[in-house]
Amino acid sequence: MTRIQQTFSQLKAQGRKALIPYITAGDPAPQHTLALMHALVAAGADILELGVPFSDPMADGPVIQKACERALRHGTSLRDVLQMVAEFRQTNTDTPVVLMGYLNPIEAMGYAAFAAQAASAGVDGVLVVDLPPEEGDELVPLLKSHQLDVVFLMAPTTQDDRAQKIIAAGSGYLYYVSLKGVTGSATLDVGAVSARVAQIAAMTDMPIAVGFGVRDGQTAAALARVSDGVIVGSALVSQIAELADRPVEIAPRLTQVLSEMRQAMDQRA
Amino acid sequence: MSRYADLLNLPDARGHFGPYGGRFVSETLSYALEQLDEQYTRLSACPDFQAEFDRDLARYVGRPSPLYHAERWSKRLGGAQIWLKREDLNHTGAHKVNNTVGQALLAKYSGKPRVIAETGAGQHGVATATVAARLGLKCQVYMGAEDVQRQAPNVYRMKLLGAEVIPVESGSRTLKDAMNEALRDWVTNVDDTFYIIGTVAGPHPYPKLVRDFNSVTGREARQQCLDSFGRLPDALIACVGGGSNAMGLFYPFLTDDEVAMYGVEAGGDGLETGRHAAPLNAGRPGVLHGNRTYLMEDEAGQILETHSISAGLDYPGVGPEHAYLKDIGRVQYKVATDAQVMQAFEDLCRIEGIIPALESSHALAYASQLAVTMTPDQHLVVNLSGRGDKDIMTVARLQGISL
Repeated sequence: MTRIQQTFSQLKAQGRKALIPYITAGDPAPQHTLALMHALVAAGADILELGVPFSDPMADGPVIQKACERALRHGTSLRDVLQMVAEFRQTNTDTPVVLMGYLNPIEAMGYAAFAAQAASAGVDGVLVVDLPPEEGDELVPLLKSHQLDVVFLMAPTTQDDRAQKIIAAGSGYLYYVSLKGVTGSATLDVGAVSARVAQIAAMTDMPIAVGFGVRDGQTAAALARVSDGVIVGSALVSQIAELADRPVEIAPRLTQVLSEMRQAMDQRA
Repeated sequence: MSRYADLLNLPDARGHFGPYGGRFVSETLSYALEQLDEQYTRLSACPDFQAEFDRDLARYVGRPSPLYHAERWSKRLGGAQIWLKREDLNHTGAHKVNNTVGQALLAKYSGKPRVIAETGAGQHGVATATVAARLGLKCQVYMGAEDVQRQAPNVYRMKLLGAEVIPVESGSRTLKDAMNEALRDWVTNVDDTFYIIGTVAGPHPYPKLVRDFNSVTGREARQQCLDSFGRLPDALIACVGGGSNAMGLFYPFLTDDEVAMYGVEAGGDGLETGRHAAPLNAGRPGVLHGNRTYLMEDEAGQILETHSISAGLDYPGVGPEHAYLKDIGRVQYKVATDAQVMQAFEDLCRIEGIIPALESSHALAYASQLAVTMTPDQHLVVNLSGRGDKDIMTVARLQGISL
């Protein structure tokens, strides 16, 4: 069983849902990321999604675009991100870490080198936003051969036949994109999400986590009721942006935002 | 039998040209691209659709465009005969309209009331705004804030045509960022919006359909060569940013093995300075904007800012079919520096009475170098892909003149 599978099965036994925060590695500067990862875990994160900064994050809204820009101003590379995970693993061996990003930095590093080094750094899963299963012939089997889970996105526009392909290709969990739009978009229709997630759940035993547009405890709790996990990105990253020049205040602020979501999810789950 | 016969079967069903192309997009767009692929496959085989496209090209765009013998310039250079495929004479002043007329028809058939586009020099934006106005479609055009400054006349043209121009402030504020923003818009509004991509890049099926719509250039040119000098030309030359005018000229000649082909990238201040936009000459393969192709990127896979005198070539990638044609050696890719481009621009103005676009002047610059290595009984066809009226502010500034 992978660390991700273990996490979901423990949560299920406890009747709880996964809280999955996202931050961009290297934001606002690389030296802060490790402490923020630990702070998120302390505030109730079950799995961490760590963004690999990319110069052209086409699926992301302005909040995460700017986070990438801040990280890249410090030259944060994929190799740096792997190093951060390795350091995180020195003191935390329980919390799964999923790298989320775009394909080109992985291409530049080389698929084989990336798979091997991600596994040895202690990465658990990889989500490549611009790699649909059809283009994954080479990378996906390589990642799996290193016991890395490959998380795929599923969208409101994904039809059933594609959903089956994605389920067959993916592992760990499915990332259901709650809305048509980029990360951090405005309105999320819990009713529509819940109906579609239920249909997808009938097709697979894989846990389903929902993300894009989760802003507060109330939304998190509502999504937790209809899925196996909730992913929170822009709501956290916008706090980092606000405090970029006062980095010592970031961890306490993220703790506050995430704890509120944790409590809301646990109360109503 | 041509040794390149297989090229006509590309891309494959999944949009691949050898290792290039493909469909590297976020899941939300997959369905829209599948639908577009199906729709295009169906309509491109439909005689009524083709007839409507051809009629629009004839009556609205003003095709066929002439193949003009640049006699004085050829004589001055003293080498091969240079023929200009006059895409600058199309309605809206560039080859871009061939593609937007085609894609607007697809939008019409798909019933989507809104179109979006990205634009660099503004020619594709103008061409999109034009066809949107004609079909009564709502039109929004994303344009890098830097380019909005450089190409003010085209910005105003788009506004006159009823389109909204949205300046993009992210990243390097040029064409690549405009494309990012257009993709973000499309992800959000995929139900009612048709994305009119302006070049032979992006996710499958865009590289294929943009090439097909632009291939009218090469089909006409091929026949015009036979009519004008009784045989096929010795070489074709076209500038390459994303590469749509070049693919349009090259494609119908790909299996004419005796016809050499040259794509000319933006050399900027020179390849050795790093300030250029020449991924085929100085980049390496990677994935951006939905396809695998040659990119200008750093060691870590971050996309680099590009530099070119011409906004339309200021793009860090290139169409995937060009990447493949480079690798197999069917097309040679060269560069022209900003200085060489200015010389060719001025020569064409003074010697032939034609003000060429700075983009097309890259092709002219290389043509002038190649022509002198050839003999007067040989023939070169240059794609004069656009007119230079939009560039007069840029040129004046370089000459130290304020208008």
